[in-house]
Amino acid sequence: MTRRILYPSILLVLFVLFWELMVWQFQVPHYILPAPSRIIRTLTVQQSLLLHHTFVTLEEIIVGFLLAFVVGVGLAFLMFQFPVLEKTFYPIVIGSQTIPVFAIAPLLVLWFGYGLSSKVVMAALIVFFPIVVNTLDGLKGADPDEVNLLRILKANRWQILWKVRVPSALPFIFSGCKIGISVSTIGAIIGEWVGSKEGLGYLMLHANAQLQISLIFASLIYLTILGVGLFYLVVLMERRAMPWKRFSEIR
Amino acid sequence: MGKKGASFPGNNKLSLREIKKSFSKDGSSLAVLLDISLSVRQGEFISILGPSGCGKSTLFNVVVGLVQRDGGIISIDNREVENGLGDVAYMQQKDLLFPWRTLLQNVLLGPEISGGVHEEARSEALELMTRVGLRGFEGNYPAELSMGMRQRAALVRTLLFHKDILLLDEPFGALDAMTRSVMQHILLGLWMDYRKTILLVTHDVEEALLLSDRIYVLTARPAAVKGEVSVDITRPRKVTDLSFVDLKGVLLDMLQGEIERVFA
Repeated sequence: MTRRILYPSILLVLFVLFWELMVWQFQVPHYILPAPSRIIRTLTVQQSLLLHHTFVTLEEIIVGFLLAFVVGVGLAFLMFQFPVLEKTFYPIVIGSQTIPVFAIAPLLVLWFGYGLSSKVVMAALIVFFPIVVNTLDGLKGADPDEVNLLRILKANRWQILWKVRVPSALPFIFSGCKIGISVSTIGAIIGEWVGSKEGLGYLMLHANAQLQISLIFASLIYLTILGVGLFYLVVLMERRAMPWKRFSEIR
Repeated sequence: MGKKGASFPGNNKLSLREIKKSFSKDGSSLAVLLDISLSVRQGEFISILGPSGCGKSTLFNVVVGLVQRDGGIISIDNREVENGLGDVAYMQQKDLLFPWRTLLQNVLLGPEISGGVHEEARSEALELMTRVGLRGFEGNYPAELSMGMRQRAALVRTLLFHKDILLLDEPFGALDAMTRSVMQHILLGLWMDYRKTILLVTHDVEEALLLSDRIYVLTARPAAVKGEVSVDITRPRKVTDLSFVDLKGVLLDMLQGEIERVFA
């Protein structure tokens, strides 16, 4: 456990030291590549600015994720219950994935404006796919013998859904959420790049234009912390929701 | 001994008459159950013995109603029924405990489906769990327990389905010899106290002889009843009893012909 943190930390520290050394050694101008020490200074000096933009991006991601979760899980349940809906929607859901979100970002900004909603939609679009596909697979993946056990008890379809299929699907749903939350930042940042007044993506673009490269790096650090933090939040919820998983992992 | 399809009209808990089933696969039809007729009296323990792959599990699936039969009549309490759905409890070799439920939640599945868990069901569950040595493990998840303990929980769950007829499909097939012996003992005790009607599918001659009142021997696939053997030995039985050894010989002879047919 400690080594899992220790080894990558050592590598990271060595890399940063090397970076610092090289920047001093070759006198690299800070508007090309700032030294880590300069980035750290930016982190402290610009803290309130960075935090403000981080919270903007965080809000976009969370609202977008929740929207995708509700719609995604809902659609997966409907597709599972009504095969005609699966036949109708599934190919469209798959097909929609061939369109890069980049390509439609300008349209979304045009339709939903420069504010929160266009980024929410963008994040939601990107998160939606892994959640729908995983949830549907999970619902279908229930052990047929477990389903039959309930049928023998004359359980109705809701009982079978609720008591067997949903718990069986939970690990899949959380896998979808973990993939979804990891890619959600992409949606939000692209949205901010294409048109926005705040957020980490906006801040980076802005800093880039002003050759404040250390601010770009500082934003990246915040974005990384945000992404990792959200991922572990999902992992934490997963453990809470499935306490039995702990024991299957030991074996 | 050897009375084929003996039935006592007016006295049967469950009776099967000329049950037939074949599956079609790749255009050709595969007969699994050729003609199965058997009957079980209220409170009787019978075993169905046959070479592996002879269609014993299909027979149970037909009785339960999970598989549609091609022909034949099923009656319960002397009334013809569509199938046994809702009237029988079914236990398989796989314990089928839900990994997301604690042991207590697992064994209470039956009462929960049929309209809510009341205090009565809870205390009955705890009593049965104590009896099979699972007290103290109510709150544990199946993944924390050994195969034998899980199978005991599955047995308790099956009893708590509150059905008169129990279909047990090689319930101890995956257990080691020691654990299996313990399980057989537990099952016998529970059967005597609860007076359930039990049909046990097994390919283990000793298991059938240790437990049952009567034994139906099936032929190799497609399955038909080859013969019926009454086990008139007082319980508890010992594998070393002379009559036990005799009957074992008889059963093995009956099975031997079928096994040869499988490999012919």
